Amino acid sequence: MQLVLEKRAERSNTIALVSPLVAIGLTIATMIILFAILGKNPLLALHAYFIAPLTDGYSLQEIAVKATPLVMIAIGLSLCYLANAWNIGAEGQFLIGAVAGSWIAVKTQGTDAGAWVLPTMLVLAAAAGALYALIPAICKVKFGASEILTSLMLVYVADLFLDYLVRGPWRDPHGFNFPTTAEFDPVATVPLLIEGGRLHLGSIIALLVVAAAAILLGRTIKGFEIRVVGAAPRAARFGGFNADQLVVLTFAISGALAGLAGIIEVAGPVGHLQPGISPGYGFTAIIVAFLGRLNPLGILIAGLLLALTFIGGEQAQIAMKIPLDVTKVFQGILLFYVLACDSFILYRFRLVFPNRQVARGTH
Amino acid sequence: MQAHQRMLDPTPNGLHSDESPLLQAIGLTKHYGDFLANDSIDIDIWPKQIHALLGENGAGKSTLVKAIYGLIQPSAGEIRWQGTPIVLSGPSEARSRGIGMVFQHFSLFDNLNVAENVALGLDRTESFKDMSARLEQVSKTYGLPLDPRREVWQLSVGERQRIEIVRALMQDPKFLILDEPTAVLTPQEADQLFIVLERLKAEGRAILYISHKLAEVKRLCDTATILRGGKKVETCNPRLETAASLARMMVGSEIKEVKAAAADRKTTVPRLVVNDLSLTPSEAHGVRLEHISFELKGGEILGIAGVAGNGQDELFAALSGERLSQDPGTVVIEGIAAGHLSITQRRKLGAAFVPEERLGHGTVPRMKLSENALLTGHAASGMVHHGFIDTAATLETVDRATETFDVRKAKRDPEAASLSGGNLQKFIVGREILRNPAVLVVCQPTWGVDAGAAAVIRQALLDLATAGAAVLVTSQDLDELAEIADRIAVMFHGRLSAPLATSEATREKLGLLMGGSRLEPKEAAHAVGT
Repeated sequence: MQLVLEKRAERSNTIALVSPLVAIGLTIATMIILFAILGKNPLLALHAYFIAPLTDGYSLQEIAVKATPLVMIAIGLSLCYLANAWNIGAEGQFLIGAVAGSWIAVKTQGTDAGAWVLPTMLVLAAAAGALYALIPAICKVKFGASEILTSLMLVYVADLFLDYLVRGPWRDPHGFNFPTTAEFDPVATVPLLIEGGRLHLGSIIALLVVAAAAILLGRTIKGFEIRVVGAAPRAARFGGFNADQLVVLTFAISGALAGLAGIIEVAGPVGHLQPGISPGYGFTAIIVAFLGRLNPLGILIAGLLLALTFIGGEQAQIAMKIPLDVTKVFQGILLFYVLACDSFILYRFRLVFPNRQVARGTH
Repeated sequence: MQAHQRMLDPTPNGLHSDESPLLQAIGLTKHYGDFLANDSIDIDIWPKQIHALLGENGAGKSTLVKAIYGLIQPSAGEIRWQGTPIVLSGPSEARSRGIGMVFQHFSLFDNLNVAENVALGLDRTESFKDMSARLEQVSKTYGLPLDPRREVWQLSVGERQRIEIVRALMQDPKFLILDEPTAVLTPQEADQLFIVLERLKAEGRAILYISHKLAEVKRLCDTATILRGGKKVETCNPRLETAASLARMMVGSEIKEVKAAAADRKTTVPRLVVNDLSLTPSEAHGVRLEHISFELKGGEILGIAGVAGNGQDELFAALSGERLSQDPGTVVIEGIAAGHLSITQRRKLGAAFVPEERLGHGTVPRMKLSENALLTGHAASGMVHHGFIDTAATLETVDRATETFDVRKAKRDPEAASLSGGNLQKFIVGREILRNPAVLVVCQPTWGVDAGAAAVIRQALLDLATAGAAVLVTSQDLDELAEIADRIAVMFHGRLSAPLATSEATREKLGLLMGGSRLEPKEAAHAVGT
């Protein structure tokens, strides 16, 4: 008896829908074992992770707040990945966007600047993120440099640049030497949706981004070009689609969305620029993109799920002293299972029983 | 039925030297998922015989041969070697028992020389020097000249095939399998191969010869086994059959004759003109196009013959605009210099293109047919309005192609990869013809396509020319070109010969051109006058 992995004639849409659910199930099973090894009660831990955050209004808002940058970044990344362009540096584009937008906030600090401040910050952040993403894109197109390496390495450049600014020129003079800018003025802050709550305008922007991406990919010729270039490069050239141009375009969109997410995070929940504004949003968004099947609606759901693990992880740390790193382990295991389960969209297992008569034949 | 076939089992010429066959497959069956690639096939291979394995694409020839060569394990049935049942663990065991195989697609390393490639393919350990000496000796004995020190990328396809044959012969096989060996050869090269095969037969070896060229099989083979849809249809003596009766057994029905309309076809203005086109290859070991010129009028089909790898791919890229030329005047479409224009702009001028590779070049395999209609239709077929896709229009193209060209598929809009080769090719050709192109450039239109679909496609090309379009067909199948082309030119080493009128283009002349010889100036001058 033999287990054979064989190709399906046509991709299975059922498996495409079921695969993420199976992956989540397998992840939870693995986490139960992990919690048991750590000496924690698995049921209580799972409750703290996945149920508790859903039971109070504050946590629900917090989930939306965390999901906002994840979804926005993942939408951009999904465009890159569909086009076979591997942008791993969304974290850096996020930070550069935050820095560029904060520049306006810092420069207008304490002046009587009007309502133009926030929109300008958003535009500038998106532009800066896009330009920063264009560095690896252009290096790839012009010199054949691996965008995976260049985009990843630029993350550290952005990180250190931000660090330098908040410890040096932009440091709040009244901030007791903490590496942070002063709190942004109200005109430089993303407005809240609920008075006294946490939910802010950024979540609405994220929903608009999801809708726009769905239309782009499903209805427009540009979206079609992106999908073809990734699926069959030679057919794309035959179709007259310019792969290099699409690498540049998807990197630019992806960088712009990451940059926008960066300034929304800084001018929203955080309120000022400081190191550590991102708990790895740019990297977690890679998981969100794949968990969501590189599909806008799927990414929205996946973003909410991953946000839940962030909030749940915090609660589990407080309630059960489970290290926060377990959240990252969880996300890693989830990505592993998602990619594994995805194989079954195009392949299937089959048990093969070799013919007995043949097997008995003499040599 | 069984008894009937046993009776028909030929023992032509009474040549059987042994009591039992060298190799027997009995009830050989192979499943791929739900698909039955081989359904209980019996075949007997006798020494001193050339046994043809005939069948259309997808009839199960490759599966059967792979099972005999140990590349796949049969799901049921048994293989007997000299009367004893055997289970082959892999090709190396098959080779050690004396079964050799020459594949249609060569497995050679371009950057290694001949001797190194042969050494890599041999199981036994012998010093490289001894092996090289033996290589030269074998190639000399069988009249398969090879220079062991030349690198493979410098060799012609025929020479590459010689490496594979010599490599197989160096293991002194009792039984040699050849998969479509003449598909890539010029007629003269094929003749030389037949001499070698006759000699191997005379030495007492058995040969299994896979082909779908009926004339060859009738000329060369002692026995023929015909497969259709995974089943054995018949084992017969091909010399006692006609080409038509063999074709009927292969296809299962009469094939529609292609109706040429040459008489009432009128040529009009030049619609595709190529002026002194030269292009350096974009890939390592690609072919350099050199000074290619021709003129193609409306209502005319120009065939380009030639052994694969002589610049046909490069010419297609240059004509379609997948590769641009510095000089706009090198390619003129509908009177407009287009050498510098993109493939989309050339489509807007009225040109349409069908590449050789169906999956991954002509279509995106995992996308629906409607999306694949959009792939080439976005340029000029009203499928896109203000950047938005008109899904209804793309679906309509699928429906029209389905109806006009009899595309058989499981549902209205399946993925391209789920169609059979013939049906996908009908869709691809249909997709372009429905755009009413002024110029159609098509590569290997019926490569790997079943006979029924091939007839539909050839008829469609003829009808398109009759309607006034200029059609350029690149093909390695000389019979196909003879059937549909008005003139035939030959590509060799990136150069294109002067076209010959099809009536003047004998196999001998074309074969000489395909091998790089030049025709006498008298003949060439005669041809230009058409």
